[in-house]
Amino acid sequence: MANYSTNEFKRGLKIMLDGDPYNIVENEFVKSGKGQGFCRVKVRNLKTGRVVERTFKSNESVEAADVLEVELQYLYSDGDGWHFMNPTTFEQLMADAAAVGDEAKWLKEQDSCVVTLWNGVPIGVTPPNHVILTVVETDPGVRGDTATGGTKPARCDTGAVVQVPLFIEVGDMLKVDTRSGEYISRSRE
Amino acid sequence: MSGRHGGQAGWESDWQPRATLENLRRRAQILQRIRVFFAQRGVWEVETPTLSAAALSSPAIDSFATRYTGPGHAAGVNLYLHTSPEFAMKRLLAAGSGPIYQLGKVFRQGEAGRRHNPEFTLLEWYRPGLDHHQLMDEVEALVAPILGLAGRAQRLSYREAFLRFAGLDPFAASIAELRATAQRLDIQGFDAGEARDSWLDLILSHRIEPQLGCAGLCFLTDYPASQAALARLSPDNPVVAERFELYFQGVELANGFHELGGSAEQRRRFESELAQRAAQGRETPPLDERLLAALEAGLPDCAGVALGVDRVVMLALGARSLDEVIAFTIDNC
Repeated sequence: MANYSTNEFKRGLKIMLDGDPYNIVENEFVKSGKGQGFCRVKVRNLKTGRVVERTFKSNESVEAADVLEVELQYLYSDGDGWHFMNPTTFEQLMADAAAVGDEAKWLKEQDSCVVTLWNGVPIGVTPPNHVILTVVETDPGVRGDTATGGTKPARCDTGAVVQVPLFIEVGDMLKVDTRSGEYISRSRE
Repeated sequence: MSGRHGGQAGWESDWQPRATLENLRRRAQILQRIRVFFAQRGVWEVETPTLSAAALSSPAIDSFATRYTGPGHAAGVNLYLHTSPEFAMKRLLAAGSGPIYQLGKVFRQGEAGRRHNPEFTLLEWYRPGLDHHQLMDEVEALVAPILGLAGRAQRLSYREAFLRFAGLDPFAASIAELRATAQRLDIQGFDAGEARDSWLDLILSHRIEPQLGCAGLCFLTDYPASQAALARLSPDNPVVAERFELYFQGVELANGFHELGGSAEQRRRFESELAQRAAQGRETPPLDERLLAALEAGLPDCAGVALGVDRVVMLALGARSLDEVIAFTIDNC
């Protein structure tokens, strides 16, 4: 596997630390005039999502991580995992629960997701920023109430629970922002 | 600065300065203010060569090297771009110049980032008859108005700073204690091994510097003798050097010394630095014998300081990174 020197560090570079793949989030060269130079980075663990700070000596070299981000279509989940397909090669890949994590609740069949592969194996899934979900369970709607600003929880077909306005009913389709988990609007699609 | 590469974007969008013209005009005003300040105090402006036959031996700073071939040097000669005008200015001082300053570009290999550019503008000045305390007063008189600061600067010793922000005495702590402190302060990933000054640098740059000068100017003083560089050791307490640095908002702005005069002591320090470079497998440039000869002839008792002008401009203008105040950086030079 290739190595990167700290001089090649930049945002988005994927490196190996303590056996895990990391993504460089922030990279800063630190040096006082008469002192030693350091390379201080903030890195995100691509398996756990945790961000940590690490310091390297200038010119130190670090192993590169074989990490790829590919756009795949989500097909279905079975007892074992979540299945994705490459829309051009039709190759199928399965992501396990550790890779999908909390994002599982946003995965809608046919949606296109960015899947992070490490050594060819999925370690992370990023759903589209906006998804359309169908409400399967919520308190009865208050007809015409579009002004009071009150909300209530609604359970959707993917299992996600979203805070929605009081007028939303079972069977309504919602546009939801997956980054914040917030309701955006009712959808007619 | 890092991360943006004009080449990929195409020259059409990359020829323009990233700094605004307004910032560059305000930069020009600050340069003018500096020159007026020294003219009023009878300090005259000198220019010394950018190219030098010798280079700094400090393990912390690497020089750019180039080569001259032509009349006088048919076979070619190695020359270095200066990393500061210090050595040449000390030769002028030894020749009897009196108080002098220089405002110009210096060059340092391997340094680029938000607060670094490999070529940058340095203001360096020397004051015969002044010690480092009096020179700190003068630095403050120059810099505080440029930064729009009214209150008095803080003076904090290296030892006090470590006690306050890292909870240990940098002079008494063992290597094991320094390592444990770095761990306790959550500085991850770096092992300086047995290099005491590397541990001190690590803790200083990561956990102390960001706290310095938050409310106003802060001088960090009384550095360990092992980091004396070209400063005298204190006659009362030879474990500390008469060296200071200036900080504002966590950014290092200046480094000053009560200058070391003796050529024998200077030669000993240079040789120890060269030995460190050799041990690290790095280039060992020739010593500046002309400087050593000038020190031998006699450097007047003086204090000197180098101030990073780009950083002062950056902070004066409320900018976050040097490319906002430098017309063209290494990324689009």
